[in-house]
Amino acid sequence: MADSFSINERMSGRRKFLVAVTSVAGGVAGAAIATPFLLSMMPSERAKAAGAPVEVDISKLEPGMLLMVEWRGKVVWVLKRTPEMLASLTKIEGELADPASEKKQQPEYAKNATRSIKSEILVVEGVCTHLGCSPVFRKDIAPADLGPDWQGGFFCPCHGSKFDLAGRVYKSVPAPTNMVVPPHTYLTDSQLLIGSESEGAA
Amino acid sequence: MKKITITSFIFIFCLASFELFAAESSIPLDKAPVDIKDNASLQRGAESFVNYCLTCHGANFMRYNRHRDIGFTNEQILDKLVHTGQKVGDLMQSAMRKKEGEEWFGVVPPDLSVIARSRGADWLYSYLRAFYRDESTATGWNNLVFDRAAMPHVLYQLQGEQKLIVKTSDKGEQKTLSLDKPGKLTTAEFDKFVGDLVNYLVYLGEPHANSRIDLGIKVMIFLLVMLILAYALKREYWRDIH
Amino acid sequence: MSIYNSMIAWIDKRFPLTSNWKAHLSEYYAPKNFNFWYYFGSLALLVLVNQIITGIFLTMNYKPDASLAFSSVEYIMRDVEYGWLIRYMHSTGASMFFIVVYLHMFRGMMYGSYRKPRELLWLVGMGIFFILMSLAFTGYILPWGQMSYWGAQVIVSMFGAIPVIGETLQQWLLGDFTLSDAALNRFFAYHVVTLPGLLIVLVFVHILALHETGSNNPDGIEIKANKNPKTGIPVDGIPFHPYYSVKDIVGVVVFLIVFCGIIFFAPEMGGYFLEYNNFVPANTLQTPDHIAPVWYFTPYYSMLRAVTVNFLGIDAKLWGVILMAGSVVIFCFLPWLDRSPVKSIRYKGPYFKTALTLFVISFFVLGWLGTKSPTPMYTLLAQIFTVVYFAFFILMPWYSKIDKVKPEPKRLVKE
Repeated sequence: MADSFSINERMSGRRKFLVAVTSVAGGVAGAAIATPFLLSMMPSERAKAAGAPVEVDISKLEPGMLLMVEWRGKVVWVLKRTPEMLASLTKIEGELADPASEKKQQPEYAKNATRSIKSEILVVEGVCTHLGCSPVFRKDIAPADLGPDWQGGFFCPCHGSKFDLAGRVYKSVPAPTNMVVPPHTYLTDSQLLIGSESEGAA
Repeated sequence: MKKITITSFIFIFCLASFELFAAESSIPLDKAPVDIKDNASLQRGAESFVNYCLTCHGANFMRYNRHRDIGFTNEQILDKLVHTGQKVGDLMQSAMRKKEGEEWFGVVPPDLSVIARSRGADWLYSYLRAFYRDESTATGWNNLVFDRAAMPHVLYQLQGEQKLIVKTSDKGEQKTLSLDKPGKLTTAEFDKFVGDLVNYLVYLGEPHANSRIDLGIKVMIFLLVMLILAYALKREYWRDIH
Repeated sequence: MSIYNSMIAWIDKRFPLTSNWKAHLSEYYAPKNFNFWYYFGSLALLVLVNQIITGIFLTMNYKPDASLAFSSVEYIMRDVEYGWLIRYMHSTGASMFFIVVYLHMFRGMMYGSYRKPRELLWLVGMGIFFILMSLAFTGYILPWGQMSYWGAQVIVSMFGAIPVIGETLQQWLLGDFTLSDAALNRFFAYHVVTLPGLLIVLVFVHILALHETGSNNPDGIEIKANKNPKTGIPVDGIPFHPYYSVKDIVGVVVFLIVFCGIIFFAPEMGGYFLEYNNFVPANTLQTPDHIAPVWYFTPYYSMLRAVTVNFLGIDAKLWGVILMAGSVVIFCFLPWLDRSPVKSIRYKGPYFKTALTLFVISFFVLGWLGTKSPTPMYTLLAQIFTVVYFAFFILMPWYSKIDKVKPEPKRLVKE
């Protein structure tokens, strides 16, 4: 590089070695310094506290009624399904993209025909798996706009995705997967805990 | 007019500061037994803090679940520290409302989250042990370290009642305290009680202090290695010039 | 290698990468006798980078609102992961910035780096110093603690001392009739946008000006006066890269040891870097018992309150403000105050050496006095040393001219 000092010629083995070792150490230092900065952008203790599990009393929930609960700034639906609603789930399986819930959109304990712990109670995040809009609960059967086969379910007004009453997605709609079932558990028969599977984390 | 106000303002406060400094430094502070690695002491201090301080003061920047730092589990925190039906992730808020504090004590009791950082551990340790009976004040208590403190002697059942003794000698007035009526604890036990509480307040002021020091030691070791490498590299290149 | 070379060639056709690399690093020839004092320029750059990066991350969680500012700082300290580290890096960095810059300026005063042809370089440097002071002031307000509030109150009140326009100016600066949320909000804007932007531009100009004239050195002679006739390279010059880049790395590591030592083991630095009273939220009704500016402002603060009598028809308060401003601005005149035939202290005579020593002593004494509450004794001391401080500058044209100097060498002296 420099004419008077032709450094390249003098790049002895020792010099090369020292440059390499110092560069590695400098790289390690750089990564180490970057770590706390990147971690500082994770949810803070305040966000974690605000995102703590939520307790819901479902003793007053009537069959066919939908309860909206906020957890981590998202809406979580608690739907008490009527026997007719439950019966409709099997009727439409042919039209669904993932009727057996193969894709991991739910905890193991909700990977069943009704996608729930108790068959009549559905707990699902009310967020469309397409682009995050919140679908509308449409329990009316065979309305004009959704067609004669509609057995009740959730319809996303943003881009027209359709889900059944277990949050399973229909075929040929923009949303790729079933709606997410959040971790939840029953503290008592009527006390539902959303956001955690164990009592201790409350 | 405004100029004069501001100037006099600065002047008076500079002057007043000297006066206050002189007044405060005349009472030597006792050394607080601070050891923020002593979890047993911090846990005792935390329980005392919740029982005696949190009724009126808040620690609004501290979350209950942070006490896992000092060896508590979430269950222990809920059991021993959270008495107000709050959640484990909540901030340690006072049970008292600001308005009430102002009505009862004339001032809002200050938040204690960083009190140890502004007052210092020795001051707190001395202050909490320096209350004495003084019928001339509104609360019936006065304090040798903080004259006419608005706070009553919350710990008097433990410490007992002290009275002020003023001795006049050629060196001027000397103020000391003596125990008039003993409390539930002996003096040594009470000192330990306050010591734990102040230790906890120091922890509360900077909960990350232990991890800060631990990380610091690692960083220092790395930098010393880096120094050796950098110096070797510099010498190698500078052989060209010398 | 050929891919690398052709990539560089591709860029060079579109952007002067290699030529700039050469001009400012690999073929920028610096005198080969730089000593300890020559680390502080690059260290100042390091601290600047530290302040900018940590500052950006702090703004992600800080709230410039009088009712939220104090708690948002504690939120950063406790709830944000590693927030405490980022905050301490920023608060320690502020003090270290001044330490490094003061040493950098002192280097210039010792070796006559402000002398022709580097007058403009010095002036740009002074501009950087003023911006730095403004940054420190606006930054110190942000935590909205007791010292933030009352320190700012005192500084802002100084504008009120200016005749005629003072009071209006003060209200214009504050956006209110008193120091309040409006001021906090706009000082935040200055601190994170206006001033750092200006600072970066000036630092850039400072480096460009330096590379135009070339660096001075402890001998205070121009290496460009003695070039190799064949290559045109100064015979006493060595390329900045790799020689000074590897040397500066050593300086950086030593600096980081000190810097991290403070961050991890003494972030309050005994109340000098983070003042105890600033852990009390701002209370507009009650001044703390003892107010003092942060250590780097205390020499000027001492001079501000050293004047206690009205004279020449100007009241004491205004004199204080004039002296305080003058004590900083007067550095700008150094290039023209120094009439010595030599640049470096190595060849200057006893008068200059004595004057510089007295100046340093007065700077430290004034700094120490600024942390104390004034007493008649302290005020008298402050007055004496204010005179000494200014005498260094005002008498310089005289003592630097009659001083007994030693002859400068033709080539750099080997140490």
